[in-house]
Amino acid sequence: MKLIYETSTKDHKALKLPKCNISYELDSKYLRNEKLELPELSEVEIVRHYTALSKETYSVDDGFYPLGSCTMKYNPKLNEEVASFEGFSDIHPLQDTKTVQGALKVLDLTKKYICTITGMDDASFQPAAGAHGEFTSLMLIKKYHDERKDYKRKKIIIPDSAHGTNPASAAMCGFDVLTIKSDNGIVSKEELKKVLSDEIAGIMLTNPNTLGLYEKDILEITKLVHDAGGLAYYDGANLNAIMGISRPGEMGFDCLHLNLHKTFSTPHGGGGPGSGAICCKSKLSKYLPKPVVLKKDDKYYFEENKESIGKVKDFYGNFGIVVRALTYMLSLGNDGIKKTSENAVLNANYIMNNIKDLYDVAIDEVCMHEFVLDLTRFKKETGFSALDVSKRLIDYGIHPPTMYFPLIVHEALMIEPTETESKNTLDEVIGILRKVHEEAYSNSVDLHKAPMTTKYGRMDEITAARNPILKYGDK
Amino acid sequence: MDELKNVLFTKTHEWVKFEDETTAYIGLSDYAQSEMGDVVFVNLEEQECEVGDTIGDAESVKAVSDIYSPFTGEIVEINEVIVDDPGAINRDPYGTWLCKYINISDKEELLSLEEYEESIKE
Repeated sequence: MKLIYETSTKDHKALKLPKCNISYELDSKYLRNEKLELPELSEVEIVRHYTALSKETYSVDDGFYPLGSCTMKYNPKLNEEVASFEGFSDIHPLQDTKTVQGALKVLDLTKKYICTITGMDDASFQPAAGAHGEFTSLMLIKKYHDERKDYKRKKIIIPDSAHGTNPASAAMCGFDVLTIKSDNGIVSKEELKKVLSDEIAGIMLTNPNTLGLYEKDILEITKLVHDAGGLAYYDGANLNAIMGISRPGEMGFDCLHLNLHKTFSTPHGGGGPGSGAICCKSKLSKYLPKPVVLKKDDKYYFEENKESIGKVKDFYGNFGIVVRALTYMLSLGNDGIKKTSENAVLNANYIMNNIKDLYDVAIDEVCMHEFVLDLTRFKKETGFSALDVSKRLIDYGIHPPTMYFPLIVHEALMIEPTETESKNTLDEVIGILRKVHEEAYSNSVDLHKAPMTTKYGRMDEITAARNPILKYGDK
Repeated sequence: MDELKNVLFTKTHEWVKFEDETTAYIGLSDYAQSEMGDVVFVNLEEQECEVGDTIGDAESVKAVSDIYSPFTGEIVEINEVIVDDPGAINRDPYGTWLCKYINISDKEELLSLEEYEESIKE
């Protein structure tokens, strides 16, 4: 396929405007000297270009997308309709707040709702993505200790099952990372006790964890950390399992980030932008990124909170995403939010229980919203790996699950169906997973060669990683 | 397994071949390379380090894994082969050393081949 620049033909235009009949002069300092390098295309050429591009990709609108830990749920089209309302889409961040009261109300209302769902006191929508939210939450923790002149707290505890972004965010924030070993998939209190000291700034946890297991000792874990003077941060990547059922605030967490693009059905996976909204307990409230939205005499306004950690993004984050998330929450309501999580958990257990006679489950217990298969035995017996199975699923029109994560499971396949898939789809998927298993054991299909039905076959990932070509053409 | 006759191991899957009491070459075990899959990049620097320190990492198509110092000592040379051709670690793990140590101490924790093989069975 050609780049849009390669399709460009001089003087092709989508719109032809009449010549301007008002005379004007601009100071030469405002004029650009070089010609803008923009492609020139007619409307139909542009439409065909982007339609062709869209056909080369795969989204949740195309089919099943069980990418574990990513919560690739369907995004209702109503979200888009509401976000495109003039009062939300045609406003400017520097507009007088008197003229955008509705937009500020959206920020305030969404804050209230996510605080209710998480059991927290305050929130900010500035972080633009999940890892950005992790980083911002850690900045709150750092500021909290710094304000107390407790400068020796330089270490963050992270379990070995954590999302890779957790240690990365901690390192970016200037902390040293202490990894602790899990015990049968969950945090070991004994391992935790070993590393607790007055140098601990806090702990980063997700619950349910990346193996899809609920940390049953969570109250004791957060208490141990608090008793040692540390704070507890909750990675909201897995919130989809517990909404309306249990709340991080009541588990003892002090701050957290949410992925509005996961749990709250906003575009995700190349479709973004994302939103890594953060929530915190009142003791961290004053450190939130500035400005914050407040209300006085029935009017909303922005407050530049003085003790803030500062800005982490221009203006107020990806506002359009907040509108979508609010639309989602309002359409579901209290009961709907709870049912969402119940169905997410039910769907995951349904698939797991219908394939676990064939595939080994890493930890064979009732799972939450996702589960992890361990294909070590499968690989030994068939010679095919988790990668080969993933690639074969593409041939059946399914997006591969998350592979080789969490790191504590070898040959891991992490499957998260989400609540938006029907029983029909789940049955179809179960059938496909069972079929691929049969193909591997009967050796009727060479899974090393999959995918075989796509425009591009198996990619040479090794050469791509060893000798990456990072520029296109000669430019 | 003649080539492994004088090789010692760590629990963290490094192998060690001593030149003399305080000089040694280290690499990654066959088990480590097969678990990691195709190695695409190794990041190591000359440095002084203590036993158990993270001295660098090996990146495969699956993940990035830390490399730990088997003892206290000083890394004085990095194998250029692994910089240009990290795949050598997969093809010939025991013939492909990562780096050379001098002034070695704290080497009590090292495992024999039999002990190492026992440890990876678990």
